[in-house]
Order: sequence, then C-alpha cells, then structure tokens
Amino acid sequence: MSLLEFARGPAIHAALIIMAAGIALRLIGVLVLTRGADLSRPRDAFGNFKGYRTVFSRAWPSGEFTTTTRYQTVVAYLFHIATLLVVLGIVPHIEFITSLTGLSWPALPNFLGVALGTLALASLLALIGRRLAKPAVYNSTLGDYVTWVIVALPLLTGLMAFAHVGPRYETMLALHILSSALLFAYMPFSKLMHAFWFIFSRAQSGLAYAHKGVRI
Amino acid sequence: MPNEPTLGGLLRSQGVSRRAFLKFCSTTASLMALPAGIAPAMAEALSSARRPSVIWLSFQECTGCTEALTRSSAPSIESLMFNFISLDYHHTLQAASGDAAEHAREQAQHDNAGKYLVLVDGSIPLDEHCSTVAGISNLAMLKEACAHAAAVINIGTCSAYGGIPMAKPNPTRAVAVGDIIKDKPIVNVPGCPPMPLAITGVIAQYLTLGRLPELDHLGRPVAFFGENIHDRCYRRPFYDRGEFAETFDDEGARKGWCLYKLGCKAPIAYNACAHIKWNNGVSFPIQSGHGCIGCSEPRFWDMGGIYDSVAKGNFGDGAKLGAAAMAGAAVGAGAAVLARRKKTRVAEEMHGSE
Repeated sequence: MSLLEFARGPAIHAALIIMAAGIALRLIGVLVLTRGADLSRPRDAFGNFKGYRTVFSRAWPSGEFTTTTRYQTVVAYLFHIATLLVVLGIVPHIEFITSLTGLSWPALPNFLGVALGTLALASLLALIGRRLAKPAVYNSTLGDYVTWVIVALPLLTGLMAFAHVGPRYETMLALHILSSALLFAYMPFSKLMHAFWFIFSRAQSGLAYAHKGVRI
Repeated sequence: MPNEPTLGGLLRSQGVSRRAFLKFCSTTASLMALPAGIAPAMAEALSSARRPSVIWLSFQECTGCTEALTRSSAPSIESLMFNFISLDYHHTLQAASGDAAEHAREQAQHDNAGKYLVLVDGSIPLDEHCSTVAGISNLAMLKEACAHAAAVINIGTCSAYGGIPMAKPNPTRAVAVGDIIKDKPIVNVPGCPPMPLAITGVIAQYLTLGRLPELDHLGRPVAFFGENIHDRCYRRPFYDRGEFAETFDDEGARKGWCLYKLGCKAPIAYNACAHIKWNNGVSFPIQSGHGCIGCSEPRFWDMGGIYDSVAKGNFGDGAKLGAAAMAGAAVGAGAAVLARRKKTRVAEEMHGSE
C-alpha cells in the first residue's frame, strides 16, 4: 500500500469517523447538561432577542477594544475567511465533499485558490508571530502551539500540492490528506471545537446578561 | 549462437534501410537520455551484435502486451525488434507447441546459461493450479527460467506489480515477478499495455551498452517513466485555469478541457504516453477524450473508480460516518444523563444531611 493509498483509504476514513463521533459526543454531551430556565422575572422584555443577537454582535470587538485588538481581529478574520473559501471553494475539495454527500457547487478558479491558500497561510504566520512576540497577552499553552501546527500543516501541504510545487504530486497529495486527517481527528477534542461552541457560548452569555438587564 | 547472422544482416534482409535504422537508434538514444553522439555507435553495436537469447514467459495475462508490441504499427522498427533477439520461447508467437516448445525453452536455457534474458508478461498465482503451461505451474516455470538468466524484464503491469489479476479480491493469490525473484536484476516496463518503444528501448540499451537502464523507486526506466503525465499533458493549461469537462459529452469535453473531474489519474501517473504517444505518435488516451487510468502504477485497479477523481476518498460510502455520529451522540447523551443523576444525588444527600 502506497502512502497515497493509505491516506485516501483507511487514514481519512478513520479520521472522519473519529470526527463525526467526536463532534456528536461533545455537542450532545455538553448541550444535555444545560441549566434549566431562569425562573426569575426578566429585567428586559426583549431579553431573549437581545441574547440571541449577541451571537452576531460579539463577532466584532466592542468599541473600547478596537485599537488594542485591531491586529488580532483583522488578521483572524482574514485567516478564517480565506480558509473557509479554500476549504469549500476549490475543485478537489468539492469533489471530496460531493463523494461523501452528493452535494456540489461551482468552484473558484484555481488561481484564486492559490491566492486564498497563500493568504490563509500568511495570516496564520502573522498570528503565531504576534502570539510569540506577546506572551503576556496570549498566555499560551502547549495546546495552542500544537493546534497551530495541526491547522498550518494541511494549509501548507495543500498549497504545495495544489500549486504543484515541491515533491511529486502523489506524495504531496498524500501528505495533505494525512495532515487533514490529523486535523479532523484532533478537532472535536481541542479548542478547534470553537467552530461549534462559539454559537452556544455567545448565546448563553447573551441570554444570561439580557435576563439580568445588563446592557449588551 | 556462432552461426547466427548479425542483426544488421537480418535487418537488411527485411528491407530496413540504414537511414531508418539510424533514425530508430537516434530516437531510442534520446528517449533513454543517452548522449546524442551515441546513436551511430548504438547502430553499429546493434547491427554487428549477435542475437541474444530471449525467453518470453506468459502467465496470468491477456496477451495485450504482446499485441501492443507486434501491432505497434505495420511494420515498425519496434516490431522488428524481434529480429534483434533470438526469441526462443513465446507461447503466442512460436510455431512449435507442446513438448517441442518446452524443449526449445529448456534448450535455450541450457545453451545460454547466464546470458539469456527472461521477459515476463502476466502475474504469477501462488495458488499454482490456477495457471499452468504444459502441466508446469507458472511459479515453477518462472523459478526455473530465471535460475540462470542474466536479467528479467517485466513487460506490463501484471508481471511488474501484479496488475489486474492481483486486484481485489485476488482469487488466485497473484503476485509480481519481483515478489518471487530476488537475486536477478529486474526492470519493470509497466503499462496496460506498456508503450512498445519503452520495451524496445530497454532491450536496445541492454544490447548496445551491456547494461540495464537507470530505474526509479518502482523499478521502472527513468527515461520512460520519469515524467508525470499531468505535467506533460497538452490539456494542463485548462487544469490550471480551472476549466474542466463535467461529463463526456458536455461543452467542456467538446472543447477539450481538463478531464480531472472525470477521473483522470494523470496527476499520479508516470509514463511516456503524453509525449511519445501511441500509434506512431498519433494520439494517447487523454487526447482521444478519456482520462488516464494510471495503468503504469502499482495496484491501479484498486485505487478508486476509473471515473472517480484523485481527490476523492477511497473508502466506499459515508455510511460508517453516520453510524459513528449516532454512536457519538448516544455516548454523549448517556454521559450527560449520568452526570445529571450524580448531581441530583449529591444535592439530595446534602439536603438529607442538613
């Protein structure tokens, strides 16, 4: 079995199984534990609406933090948008998703795929650079660096495979699939679960504050 | 074979001009990445060489490899390659049959011990009864024929890597020649079928330089299998632009766009198809509108569907993922319920103790 056969076969299959089971386990496991409703009289008649609005309003820092968080906010937005577009927009990824779900959509031109992949990788480097430069701000743990590496590897290998640079294509494709498999398997059990948690945690905070009449 | 005529004499008797012969030698030399000045020397060496004995063994195969060589064009210098060698044994082509044929093989092995070449097409079943010739199992015949061979050249993917007979579920327990023969130099010339010029190129280099060509990590001559088909494909600009045929009869297919989404395996296939082409340089599969199936690669038959693109996973459908999600949800819910019960019990105990 070649590296590519292993990557396209058992490796990515096992990783997807772990990810599917892991996400379901963590989502259900946590959501079933949610507290019951707060029975006190709400201080704000529109509390629920304002609470759910927090899911979106917290997507941007409050005005008083704009200056101090500008770098982090802009670069993180660049990273997330570029990564999302690459993950969902280039032909090989759509082919893979189609083979699993039957869904398909028009792809981005390849040159945009390369440009967005480069942008995602560059923004990730910019983020780790700041994290390393300002340890007191980020208070990083080992897990933060491990997560950064696990996110960066599929971007790097994917960009090299897609742009046909570096080692032979089948080797780069295999490394890309293997690094993606690592990301998939790691995702549910790491801080990368924020891809799901951000909705619930923001809504929970928003509801709790709104119920108490806190201005949010 | 001291009484054998030289190759040059044979070719002249076949009506092959010196000019045509030199052209073949130049082409072969350039394809094999040999120095340009070697062509006349190659022609000289080939024309004055005595014909080496070749034993061609056909095992679990479809005869397509022999067909590719003998019908490469009519008549081609490649097919005349059979005149460069003394083909002492070949089931399909030889006139003799039965005991006489087997006797010819044994005679050739005996007379040319240590000097003859063994060419193999077809895989070898470890379940020996699955394929026999004259009552001799393929495995036994291969071991016997290779015992005193100078080198082994595997013609086609079946002998090189097991090929289609070895595809899942491999009912005959087929293996490649290299899985059995470990003590002889082996050159793999894979393909389904292999390119005729690759077969003759390897033989021509062996005859003229007395050595086998440089091989890649899969035992293939780098000169013919060192290039990625995708890199040499004339449709590559469409890939780079993201212009793909979606079906075999859409506008993209008619315009000759990239066949990546229709399962073309060119990005992971190494062969000379895209630049040497077939039928005297007329065309090759991608040029005629069908994606490459990667036939020169090991286990190409089991690397996903022919019409599935290389980006797709090769693990069947997503049924197990759905089952995994449900199992994960059940475990998560169970864990949460247990945690709630524990919380309630702890609270009751605290109330009870108050």
